[in-house]
Amino acid sequence: MTEFIVKRLLQAMLVLAVMTVLVFFGVNVVGNPVYIFASSECDQPCLDAIMRDLGLDRPIWEQYWVFIGNLLEGDLGNSFTHGVPAMSLIWERLPATLELAFTALLIALAVGLPLGVAAGLRPTHWTSRLIMSFSMLAFSVPIFWIGLIMIIVFSVSLGWMPSVGRGDTIEVLGVDLSFLTLDGLHHLAMPAFTLSLIMMAMVIRLTRAGMREVLFSDYIKFARANGVREGRILSLHVMRNILIPIVTVLGMELGGVIAFAVVVESIFSWPGVGKMLIDAIAVLDRPLIVAYLIFVVIMFVFLNLITDILYSLLDPRVRLGGNAS
Amino acid sequence: MTGGSDENPVLEVRDLNTSFLFPAGEIKALRDVSFEVQRGEIVGLVGESGSGKSITGFSINGLLSPPGQVVSGSIRLHGEDITGLAQAQMRRLRGAKIAMVFQDPMMTLNPVLRIGLQMGDALRAHKTLSEREARARSLAALEEVGIPSAEDRLDAYPHQLSGGMRQRVAVAIALLHAPDLVIMDEPTTALDVTIQGQILALVQRLCRERGTALIWITHDLAVVAGIADRILVMYAGRIVESGTVDAVLDTPAHPYTRGLIDSVPSRRHRGGRLQQIPGRMPALADIPEGCAFQPRCTRATQACLAPQEMRRDGGRAVRCCHPLEELPA
Amino acid sequence: MSGVAAPARPAPARGVWREFLRSPAAVAALATFTAFCLIAIFAPWLAPQNPYDLAQVDIMDSLLPPGSESWGGDPYLLGTDGQGRDMLSAMIYGIRISLVVGLASGIIALAVGTIVGLVAAYRGGWVDTVLMRIVDLQLSFPTILVALILLVILGRGVDKIIFALVVVQWAYFARTVRSVALVESAREYVDAARGQKLGHLRILFGHILPNCLPTMLVVATMQMASAISLEATLSFLGLGLPPTRPSLGLLIANGFDYLQSGRYWISVLPGLVLLAIIVSANVLGDRLRDTLNPHL
Repeated sequence: MTEFIVKRLLQAMLVLAVMTVLVFFGVNVVGNPVYIFASSECDQPCLDAIMRDLGLDRPIWEQYWVFIGNLLEGDLGNSFTHGVPAMSLIWERLPATLELAFTALLIALAVGLPLGVAAGLRPTHWTSRLIMSFSMLAFSVPIFWIGLIMIIVFSVSLGWMPSVGRGDTIEVLGVDLSFLTLDGLHHLAMPAFTLSLIMMAMVIRLTRAGMREVLFSDYIKFARANGVREGRILSLHVMRNILIPIVTVLGMELGGVIAFAVVVESIFSWPGVGKMLIDAIAVLDRPLIVAYLIFVVIMFVFLNLITDILYSLLDPRVRLGGNAS
Repeated sequence: MTGGSDENPVLEVRDLNTSFLFPAGEIKALRDVSFEVQRGEIVGLVGESGSGKSITGFSINGLLSPPGQVVSGSIRLHGEDITGLAQAQMRRLRGAKIAMVFQDPMMTLNPVLRIGLQMGDALRAHKTLSEREARARSLAALEEVGIPSAEDRLDAYPHQLSGGMRQRVAVAIALLHAPDLVIMDEPTTALDVTIQGQILALVQRLCRERGTALIWITHDLAVVAGIADRILVMYAGRIVESGTVDAVLDTPAHPYTRGLIDSVPSRRHRGGRLQQIPGRMPALADIPEGCAFQPRCTRATQACLAPQEMRRDGGRAVRCCHPLEELPA
Repeated sequence: MSGVAAPARPAPARGVWREFLRSPAAVAALATFTAFCLIAIFAPWLAPQNPYDLAQVDIMDSLLPPGSESWGGDPYLLGTDGQGRDMLSAMIYGIRISLVVGLASGIIALAVGTIVGLVAAYRGGWVDTVLMRIVDLQLSFPTILVALILLVILGRGVDKIIFALVVVQWAYFARTVRSVALVESAREYVDAARGQKLGHLRILFGHILPNCLPTMLVVATMQMASAISLEATLSFLGLGLPPTRPSLGLLIANGFDYLQSGRYWISVLPGLVLLAIIVSANVLGDRLRDTLNPHL
C-alpha cells in the first residue's frame, strides 16, 4: 500500500512538473509576460523596469527556476486590484467554492444513484427512458443556460429563490459556511443544484451501466441461488461493485466541477474563486489570473492522486495487489 | 412412471418447456424435459454447450434471466409443485432446499466482499444468527470442505484464493443449509485436472454422507462415469436418452450418445482413429420438429422427420426411432 | 454456461439509412439541424438587418419586446437587445458563428486527432506510448479549464476560440481513432495489404481509415455538440468571441443583465435556439451510434 501511494505520488509530481513547464511557456512564450504582469496604464520605462524585475534578460531555463522557486514558496505575486498576495485571495475565496462543489456532489449522488438504480433495474420501462433522456439533457445542455432558466423561473417569476450571493454565513474554525443557516441553504440550493447536473447525469449513466453489468454477473446469480434477500443483494453486493467506478469518476470530476464552478458562480454571483477569476479577467488583474490557473492545476493533480488512493481502498483487488492463482 | 424407487422423489420434473420470449419471437430452449432425482442420488446431465443443461438448472431454482421463462410443465420438490411460486417464496427455497454451484469459480464469488461476509449473508438468508454464530458456522463449513487455515480465509477476498479454493468455498456455501438438492453446473470444467478430482471426490463424499440429491451438469462423460448413478443426455433442448450410468455408457441406444462416447479418447481405442460427430448442433432458434439430431445422424430416415416419442424400458429411455439398442416404443 | 443468443440483427450498410429513419426523434433532429445549417449558410439573405453594421442599428430602438416596430416602422419580430439590435437578425448571425466555430474546430480536431491516432496505432511501440501519454494527460484535465487557460493567454477572437476548442478536442478523437484502428489493423485484410507490399500511407488511408469512419462520424457529431456548448459557455463568461461578433452564448450573456427587469427575450430566445442545436446534434449522435453500432 505504501509502495502504491509513493508510486502515485511520484506520478503526480511528474505531471505537476510537466504542467508548470506548460504554464511557464504559455505565459512566457505564447503571451508576453510583461503584459501579463504589467497593469494596463504601464508606459515604456515602466515596462523596462518590469522586464528587469522579472529577470527577462536572463536565459530561459534560469527564468524557469526562479518561477519554480517562487511557486514553491507559495509566492504568485500581488493582485493589482486588491493589492494583496494573490494566494491569500484564493485561500479566502476557496471555502465558498468548495462548499458549492461538495454540496453539488452530494446532490448528484443523492438524486443520481436512485435514478440510475431504477433505470438499471428495468431498462426498457418508460420511466427508465425518461431518466436516460433527462441524463442526456443534463449532460449536453450548457449549465449556464440551465442556471439562467432557474433564475427566470424561481427568482424572477415565482420569487421563491434568491439569485445572488451566499446569504447568511456562520464562521466555523475561521471559515464562513452557508449551509449551517437557513438563509444560507436557501441561497446555496439553486447554484448547487445547477452545478450538480453534469455529475448527476454521469452518476445516472455509470450506475445504470454498472447495474446492467453486475446484475447479470455470476456472483450476483450465486448470491440469489443462496437465497440472499434482494434488498441485501442490491444494497451491498451490487452497490459495492458499482460504487467503485462511480467514486473514481466523481473524484476525477470534482476538479472539473470546481472548474465549472466558474460558470455557476458568475451566474449566481457566488463569491468563490471562480467568480474571482471572471472578475479578475474583466479588470485584467493578471497576477491573480495566473495564480488561479496554477492553483487549480495543482489542486487538480492532487485530486486525481487522492481519487486513485480512495479507489484502491474501495477495491480489494487493487488494495491488496497480486493474485493468488 | 419410470425409473427409481417407490418413495417420493426429491425432484420431479414433468414436461418442462422453457422459452426465451424475445419481442422478435419465442425461442424454445427446453422441450418436454422430464426426469426425477431420488434422495441421495447423483444424476449426470450431459450435453454439448447450448443443449439446455444450464437452463434446466436455472428453470428449477427459478433464476432464469429474462426473457427466459418456464412456459409449461411442472417442477415438484418433495411432491410439492414449485413451478409458479412467487419470487419471495422461491427465495426461501434457494440455498435452503435447492442449492447451485456454477462453472467458473473466478466469477462465482463477489470480488469486493470478504469470504466471511458472503458466507454470513448466505447463512442469514434462512436463519437468524449472531455475528459470532455465523462466523463459527462458516468456519466449520470451510473446514469441512478442506480449506487450510480457514480462520484467515474468512477475512480474505476471493482474489486471494486459488481457483480450486474458491470452488471449495462455493461448495461450502451451497451446502451451508444442508439442502435436499444441489445443482452443480460444470463445477470442475474451469479447474486443473488434479483439482477437478479433489472437488469431485469432495462433493461425492458430502452428498453421500448427507443423502443430498445431486444434479451434476457436465459435457464431460468421464466425469459422469466417475460420479453419477444415472445419466440424462440432452440434445438441442430435449432429453434424448436416460438410464443408469453403466447401461447408457456400455450400451448407448441413441446415436448421439454413441457419438459422444466415441469422441472421448480412451485407452481401449488407443492408436485407433477418434470418431467425430459430423456437423454441429442446430441453433435453438431453428430446431426441426422431428429428431434434432437427424441432420448429423448416419441412421437417419424419413421417419426421423416426424416428432419423436420417448421409448421406455424399465430405467432406460430413448428418444429415437432407430435406436442402437431396441427399446419397446 | 450455455446461453441463448438473441436473434441476430442484420446491419448491412444499405440498411443503415433506413434504420436511421425509423426513429421519429432522429428524423426531427436531422430536420432541425439541417434547418439551422441552412439558416447559417443563408444568413445575409435571411436576416432583416445586418447586426454588424452599426449604421443599421438605432439605439433608440433598444430593449423593445417581441412584435414591436422600429422608429422607421420596420417590425422587430423577436424584439431588440440593449443596443437596439434586431434580435432575429442577431440570432441568425449568432447561429452562423456558433455553427462555424463548432464545425471548424470539430473538423480540424478530427483531422489532427485522426492523424495522431492512426500513427499511434500503426507505428505502435514508443511512438504509441508517448502519444497516448500526452492524450491521457490532456484528457485528465477538464475541457473548460484547458479552454479557459488558453483563452486567458490568447485573448478573444474567432480564430483563438477555434484554436482552443481544437486543443480541447483533438485528444478525444486521437484516442477513439487509435482504438478502432488497432482493432482494424489486426484484421486479415491489413495483413493481406502488407503482404502485397503496399505503401504505409496506402494501407493507412486506403484500408484502415475507411473502416474507422463510422466511429469517427459518431464521435464527431457528439463532439460538435459539446464544442458548440463550450463555445457558448466561454462566450457567456466573456472569454470567447469579441462583442462585435456575437455568438448565441454572447447574446445570452448580453441579455443576462436585463433578466431581473423581466426583459427575458434577450436571453431566452437565443438560449432556446442554442438548446435546439445542441439537443438535435446529440440525438443525431445517439441515433448514429445505435445504427452504425461502433464499439464505443
